[in-house]
Amino acid sequence: MPDLRELYQQVILDHHKKPRNFRVPADANKHADGFNPLCGDKVTVYVRIEDGVVRDIAFQGSGCAISTASASMMTEFLKGKSEVEVARIFERFHDLVTGKSSPDADASSLGKLAVFSGVRDYPVRVKCATLAWHTLRAALDGSQETVATE
Amino acid sequence: MKSANKIPLMERGAGLDVQKIRRDFPALHQDVHGKPLVYLDNAATSQKPQAVIDALVGFYTKDCSNIHRGVHLLSERATKAYEDSRMKVKHFIRAGHEKEIIFVRGATEGINLVAQSYARPLLQPGDEILISAMEHHSNIVPWQIVCEERGACLRIIPMNSHGELEMDQYESLLSSRVRLVAVTQVSNALGTVNPVRRIIELAHARNIPVLLDGAQAVPHTKVDVAQLDCDFYAFSGHKMYGPTGVGVLYGKAHLLEAMPPYQGGGDMISSVTFEKTIYNRLPYKFEAGTPNIAGGIALGAAIDYLQEIGMDRIAAYEHDLLVYATAAFAPLAGVRLIGTAKEKAGVLSFVVDGVHPHDVGTILDQEGIAIRTGHHCAQPVMDFFHVPATARASLAFYNTREEIDALVAGIRKVAEVFS
Repeated sequence: MPDLRELYQQVILDHHKKPRNFRVPADANKHADGFNPLCGDKVTVYVRIEDGVVRDIAFQGSGCAISTASASMMTEFLKGKSEVEVARIFERFHDLVTGKSSPDADASSLGKLAVFSGVRDYPVRVKCATLAWHTLRAALDGSQETVATE
Repeated sequence: MKSANKIPLMERGAGLDVQKIRRDFPALHQDVHGKPLVYLDNAATSQKPQAVIDALVGFYTKDCSNIHRGVHLLSERATKAYEDSRMKVKHFIRAGHEKEIIFVRGATEGINLVAQSYARPLLQPGDEILISAMEHHSNIVPWQIVCEERGACLRIIPMNSHGELEMDQYESLLSSRVRLVAVTQVSNALGTVNPVRRIIELAHARNIPVLLDGAQAVPHTKVDVAQLDCDFYAFSGHKMYGPTGVGVLYGKAHLLEAMPPYQGGGDMISSVTFEKTIYNRLPYKFEAGTPNIAGGIALGAAIDYLQEIGMDRIAAYEHDLLVYATAAFAPLAGVRLIGTAKEKAGVLSFVVDGVHPHDVGTILDQEGIAIRTGHHCAQPVMDFFHVPATARASLAFYNTREEIDALVAGIRKVAEVFS
């Protein structure tokens, strides 16, 4: 039986209560909207890309603890990373929360994001953990359509 | 908790033997995440008594054959069982004639049938259809589709902050342009029991027909369509302890007679040539193709089961349970009930300060407690109360006070995790 504390780790609850980079950057050059119709989570991700590097990244929206913390920690983790790295990290993060890889294997490369490994025991919550990431990818791809996780 | 326990024993629902009833529902007796299941998602779908499961198995084991067309014995038996079910539905909702009972897939299909076969041919540009602010999407979208196609306008009866319809405003919305009123009898998201008799009286005084969405009413209260005098009444089998995929549209015969068919196919015709088809009589005109035969028969078994217990006793028991639960919620800090109408069915829609309903649902699930979280297919209701979603516990007559206590303990656990 999965332990609730594995899912709701202190660092996740902290980012839920005090989300980082929760703002609209004036100089963002890409953004996209995401929506999870199942639970009504909404997120907008803003990025400023210069020479293929994420110079600034922030978000707005409302959602559950998992989706808010995931968006908040994503913005912290990806600042300064190249678009190529972002794609690779998203893939690893996705494997982590869907249980395709072990938490240990990703601990080094995903840093703090490894706290989301508990999500693997809650399949219906994977969409919460990945909403901001899917939305970021849409922003980088220049997609105009709202990302829906269903 | 204290105040909840003060409710005298005698109010505990007119001698309903809940433990005996619970034994009739096999799905209730299982562990979820190592805890006994507390099933409080009855407004989404109810569990099924053994009698309903037996009816499904019995059909497929002994009587499986098509209906209305076979000369052989199995087909005769299946046809009789299916048509017996129609009679049971007729008696259950006190319809005047079995030809007014149309089997559909569920309340949603029943409403779509009326939208397409009644409203669509009738609507002229500028006409109006009147629904309420607390409708399920299934009583919004079918009307939006026909209104858009015909250039008609969808108007909304507003509600107050308790989740009660503003009846004064309803009256003033009943203009000469309104062609149909379509409202829910009981709100799935709020639990509000609407004053449907008054709604119908006021509409009929202006010769406007009324459709009632009875999906949340039929499982919990006695419904008498003759006394209500509603023109259409739609409900689902699976919310009233019957199987999924079958439901009923009741319609007054003279309205149904005048309506064109909804779908074409077998069974809905009396003769077909390439030049001309003559439609079958009611109710078959609206039942194209092989229906959900097993589901229809098992719906009859669900009705038998409910009538044996008695809808009045079920309503009384569930009301007591709601009173108990509402009192048990009162001392919970940071928990707010959404939907506090004076007339309410067994629905507790709530939000917890600082905790998203989805997180509430996950934590309760770990305690074995099944509730619904989300917008409950009623996004306009969520918008009205300025919440993205709610958590919703919905009661059935097999739920107990102990299960309410488990829910309250679960909500305390939510606060603990998020403290």
